[in-house]
Amino acid sequence: MSAPRRGPSNERLERFARQWGLVLAVVALGFLYPTYVGWLKGLPLVGDYFPTVGSMVIMTVFTMMAVGLNIVVGYAGLLDLGYVAFYAAGAYTAAWLASQQFEQVTFHFGSVGVAPTLSGIHLSIWLVLLIAGLFTTIVGILIGLPTLRLRGDYLAIVTLGFGEIIPQFVRNGDNVGGFDLTHGTFGISPIDSPGFGSGLSSLGLPDNYRQSFEAERLFFYTALALLLVTVICSVRLRDSRLGRAWIAIREDETAAAAMGIPLMRTKTWAYALGAFFGGVAGAFYASFKSGAFPADFYFNISVFLLCMVILGGMGSVWGVVIGGMLLGYLNAEGLATIGSKLSSSTGIDFEPSKYQFGIYGLIIVVMMLFRPTGLVSERRRKLELEEGVHDEPLYASQRE
Amino acid sequence: MAARTEPDPGPAGLAARLPSPSSALGLLLVALVLAWLAVNFVKSPSNWTEVFLIGLTNGAVYGLVALGYTLVYGILQLINFAHGDLFALSGLVAFTILNSVLDIGSNPSTLVLIGGIVATLLITMTFFAGANALIELVAYRRLRNAPRLAPLITAVGVSFIIQNIGLAVYGVSFRSASDLVPHTNVFSIAGVSYQWNKLTVILVTVPILLLLTWFVTSTRQGKSMRATAQDREAAAMMGINVNRTISITFAVAGSLAAVAGLLFLLQFNMRYDTGFQLGLIAFTAAVLGGIGNLPGAVLGALVIGFIQAFNEGLSWHTPGSDWTQSIVFGILILILVFRPEGLLGERTAEGQ
Repeated sequence: MSAPRRGPSNERLERFARQWGLVLAVVALGFLYPTYVGWLKGLPLVGDYFPTVGSMVIMTVFTMMAVGLNIVVGYAGLLDLGYVAFYAAGAYTAAWLASQQFEQVTFHFGSVGVAPTLSGIHLSIWLVLLIAGLFTTIVGILIGLPTLRLRGDYLAIVTLGFGEIIPQFVRNGDNVGGFDLTHGTFGISPIDSPGFGSGLSSLGLPDNYRQSFEAERLFFYTALALLLVTVICSVRLRDSRLGRAWIAIREDETAAAAMGIPLMRTKTWAYALGAFFGGVAGAFYASFKSGAFPADFYFNISVFLLCMVILGGMGSVWGVVIGGMLLGYLNAEGLATIGSKLSSSTGIDFEPSKYQFGIYGLIIVVMMLFRPTGLVSERRRKLELEEGVHDEPLYASQRE
Repeated sequence: MAARTEPDPGPAGLAARLPSPSSALGLLLVALVLAWLAVNFVKSPSNWTEVFLIGLTNGAVYGLVALGYTLVYGILQLINFAHGDLFALSGLVAFTILNSVLDIGSNPSTLVLIGGIVATLLITMTFFAGANALIELVAYRRLRNAPRLAPLITAVGVSFIIQNIGLAVYGVSFRSASDLVPHTNVFSIAGVSYQWNKLTVILVTVPILLLLTWFVTSTRQGKSMRATAQDREAAAMMGINVNRTISITFAVAGSLAAVAGLLFLLQFNMRYDTGFQLGLIAFTAAVLGGIGNLPGAVLGALVIGFIQAFNEGLSWHTPGSDWTQSIVFGILILILVFRPEGLLGERTAEGQ
């Protein structure tokens, strides 16, 4: 337009640069973070507030889950209060397929850092991540199929119910017909480390993450890569036919059905894809922590993830990434740092990390009341919240 | 609220509904549960009856909380997620009032005990009526015309705030006043005994329920509540002050939560996060009875109370207390999926 002589490939390149340039810059900054974190932490006054690389791993993983949850809550407008169930499903898949849990069998495939004679199933973590994602997708579909015909608040409560049942099942699953499936309240630990094995080390790929001197940096790079893939998938999904169908359903179910969108199938897809990323993130986090423990999967985590989505902006991928990193930071170490700073400088003995969920609750309420579109508003979502949507249920079309 | 009544389906309607596989499966499930109860009864009748009485007592407490959910849902179509936490906080406040303000020590005389409980009830009921109305004013009123999920999300946030207020004031330790009312037997027949501390729950709940019924069915304010629940705009056109009616509904719900909080405190341990799980149980009860339906909430709560007590108290083929939560949520999910209008069948917009 402004430069008519430019060829089409040049134009595409420019559009690409406009769309992804900033992203690439942020990714590069993130990639270099472990290198300059030492320098940042040495800064006066603000140095203590920078998270360690280990915290960055946790932040990135939770952000990945929040981006997954955003597909369900933000795109499709289905409130999911039990997302922790997918996290649990992913974590336990990793625990089953890469630990000594099933000591009756000995099966190794591509695992690193375990003796070949060690009992249990030991698959390569990269394979486990994929399997965890697929398994969690199936869980999501199984939860979704009977419940997605319910609308709005009922669906939220049902997902909450599943979010409570699955951890309880995990807690009590140490004696399923005499078989120890989940090792009860003790959880399953240790879980194998990711790595590429010695065969690929000549390419510069790390042999075994946990035995490396820079374990946290490697985990962080992998988490960053996973988050990037999630974000790209998420953006591409939003702009796809499926994504437009989700948004149409969110705005007006009746009109969407009238336009020929199959409601149940479209909603189930939202659920399944949201679950997939939750499962992968859960499996990766389990491998990072080297364990899956039932105490990790409680309702508060679901609300924590929901808070990330609301703070960032429902439906806005970049907003959710910002919200996720921000809250992830507060959760991982920010609140503790602020608390210790506060008590050392003023002498008040106050631990903000003890009240972290109260703080998240406050954030949710304040955001919903005063800026329901989140920090980074998504244009359509803003219109919906300002002008209202047609969210009366449509009986007949809900049963396909 | 039980304002919209469906015409009775009659025998023909029943026959038409029977062949559907989901309801046949449901009937089979109910029959299995009844058979399981019967076997347990034959094995140990006295234990069974005692467990039954425990279920009745717990169900009464659940009923009071469930009524709060159902009242608010009836008028705003909002699942007031914070209600359970309000209940827990009220119990903790009641503990402070009983122990520090009124200073009722152990073994008080009967008169002091009754006076203390009534005084505590009056204080907490007033306070939490105000608190719940204030929550509505601050957190939900702005969102009245927003998409329906917006106030629900806010309610989740409010729930966490209330929980953390309890945590900040009372810490993580459990509180209980279970020794306040003596555990002496009211009666003990054929190995079945019932204690005074359990009877207290019934003695408080029944008058409160009668009062509530009178309020909703007979007073002007109760009538405007039902009218607002049925059609907010039409009610406003008839000159009903909708905002005030909604505030009063929240106040009534809050005071019911306060009653439940005290009764729970007289029976069990509670702390800041007790309300989350109990709130969900009570919500399940409300859904089971048919949300928006007041007698339904009490019926559902009794059913849930019995299920929980039987699950934890009987001996023959019982899943045990480890699974109580899963069973309750399983019921919730099954009811929502297969019979969203609940047992007493008020069809809400969500259901069908």
